[in-house]
Amino acid sequence: MTYIINMQGVGRTFPGSVPVHALKDVNFMVSSGEYVTVVGPSGSGKSTFLNLIGLLDTPSVGTYLIDGIDPSTMGEKQRSALRGTRIGFVFQSFHLIGHQSAIANTQLGMVYNGVPRKQRITRARDSLARVGLSHREEAVAQTLSGGERQRVAIARALAGRPSLLLCDEPTGNLDSNNANSILALLDELHADDITLIVVTHDSEVAARGQRIVTVKDGHLSEKSQ
Amino acid sequence: MKRISAKGIKSSRMSLVDILGESVSGMMTRPGRAALTSLGTVIGVTVFVATLGLASTAAGQISSRFDAMAATEVTVTDQTSLPDLPLGVIPGFGDDPELAASKINGLSASGIYFTPDITTSEDNSVQGSLWPPGPPNAEKNSVSVDVMAVTPGFFTAVHAELQQGREFDIFHQTREEPVAVLGRATAQRLGLGTVEQQPTVFIENQPFSVIGIVDDVERVPMALTSVLIPDTTANRIWGAPGPGEGQVSLVVDTEIGAAQQVGAEIATAIRPDYPGVLQVQMPPDPRTLRDGINNDMTGLFMALAVVCLFVGAVGIANTTLVSVIERVPEIGLRRALGARKFHIAAQFLIESAGLGFIGGMVGATLGASTVIGVSLAQTWGPLLDPRTIISAPLVGAGIGLLAGAYPSWRAARTEPAQALRS
Ligand SMILES: Nc1ncnc2c1ncn2[C@@H]1O[C@H](COP(=O)(O)OP(=O)(O)O)[C@@H](O)[C@H]1O
Ligand SMILES: [Mg+2]
Repeated sequence: MTYIINMQGVGRTFPGSVPVHALKDVNFMVSSGEYVTVVGPSGSGKSTFLNLIGLLDTPSVGTYLIDGIDPSTMGEKQRSALRGTRIGFVFQSFHLIGHQSAIANTQLGMVYNGVPRKQRITRARDSLARVGLSHREEAVAQTLSGGERQRVAIARALAGRPSLLLCDEPTGNLDSNNANSILALLDELHADDITLIVVTHDSEVAARGQRIVTVKDGHLSEKSQ
Repeated sequence: MKRISAKGIKSSRMSLVDILGESVSGMMTRPGRAALTSLGTVIGVTVFVATLGLASTAAGQISSRFDAMAATEVTVTDQTSLPDLPLGVIPGFGDDPELAASKINGLSASGIYFTPDITTSEDNSVQGSLWPPGPPNAEKNSVSVDVMAVTPGFFTAVHAELQQGREFDIFHQTREEPVAVLGRATAQRLGLGTVEQQPTVFIENQPFSVIGIVDDVERVPMALTSVLIPDTTANRIWGAPGPGEGQVSLVVDTEIGAAQQVGAEIATAIRPDYPGVLQVQMPPDPRTLRDGINNDMTGLFMALAVVCLFVGAVGIANTTLVSVIERVPEIGLRRALGARKFHIAAQFLIESAGLGFIGGMVGATLGASTVIGVSLAQTWGPLLDPRTIISAPLVGAGIGLLAGAYPSWRAARTEPAQALRS
């Protein structure tokens, strides 16, 4: 079968007067439906790793295939489309548009992917219902609590119907109650066969994954089970 | 490891309406800032529209005045000072200038007028008396007025309106009849209320029957304060004025807009042998006046408008750039959600063009209001080319587009991974 993610010998070096080797010789494969957590100290290269997976950045060396396709052979148009239709992102700082309503934020990604307006609204409603925020549809984003904001961000990612959900420290800005309910939501998504990659520096969070990958100084390691 | 081509993947797409929606929502985030940003464009477009409007209003004012009356008038006078007149060339109008002139295209009517050489008295006085009872009473009813000898065509050429009676015609002229038509003011001064019984006035003891009173003329206003008598009668009694003495004039009424052309042809038509003996006066070309206005005043204000529009463009560029920098994380997010560089650039370009467009609309409104206000105060008819008003918002949008080019390019170049690091 085809891996949804297949990295061979991938490295990422940030050029500069002192080049930063943020990732070195990464070999990493993920099959559809897996729940992988990536753990490691701050500055170890976790976000860089996730950005490469999500096509927000390109490797300096090595090959990366997503769904068996080499994104380096694609134009900017198609890479954007692939991001918009197959990949969902959730960030530590939510990245909502503060003055817009929860439902408007949820629709934002679909706007770029040519989903017709009517369908956009139904899908946004469904996604908000999925994260338990039906009653907050019209609330302006900046009036929401941290936990609610992260739920809206997850709803926004889900509305694009991704097969791969990438979360970078999704609970980093939340108290333990809110963090736990977000993690419970991720478990549900995993049960729904969404492929999950969750980056965290918290080993408790990391323990929820099926596979735990550790990044240290740009090197990736995984304890085999 | 199996490789699959990228063919199956649809490219990222977004409708124009959606791009517009994102841009409008961006502008509405900070309405106060948007308003201030547009201010430069508003001022520039206001000056632009007001200048063009006031120039065309003023030009329209001038041309309506000239086109209506003066532009149909030509006056021909015989020259007095002709030092190098060749031997054998006789100055003056020649035999029948009215007939010669009537052949010119665009000429409606013409008439000769001159002041007869009444030398017997110190002051050209006219004695008026009601008839009957009869002989003039120099003590009682004598007033001093001008006497004008005119041809019948004069009445048509000056658009004379009669209050009473009739004008003299070709029969009076050929028979050298002692008839007179009084100007309104002269009749009043003589106390003549009616011409029904053909009262007699005396000019230097020569009796003239008054057959009509002129109420108004549109040119040669002197006729209203004069006694008008047939040219032939004046010539019989006091002698014809000598040619080349500058006394005889021909007033010409032309069709609308034909004055320039008639004026150019008339001297040659009357004196084909030597047109230089006649002096032709015609109104200034209204187009020259209009151009004069456009050049002087308009040039200055247009320069001002361009400066304002430039300042407006810099303002929009600056605000859009600040907005791009502020929204770097948002740009990164949009890219992560599937936006192409093109979508990001288009969003900011439309935002800046929109600011310019709104500035242009407000400016067009203010400019048009200025033109209307000034026109009302001056009781002019406001005149503003609709193309000016329609183009104003487009000019504003164009300025916004130019101003937004660099910030939009910056926005599109934002690296999504970097932008999302905050
Ligand atoms: N755009 C960049 N330019 C230069 N250095 C970078 C850039 N992005 C990340 N780095 C460096 O790469 C290393 C890994 O960063 P990052 O992946 O963000 O770590 P983590 O997410 O694990 O905290 C760090 O040393 C960071 O300073
Ligand atoms: Mg990180």
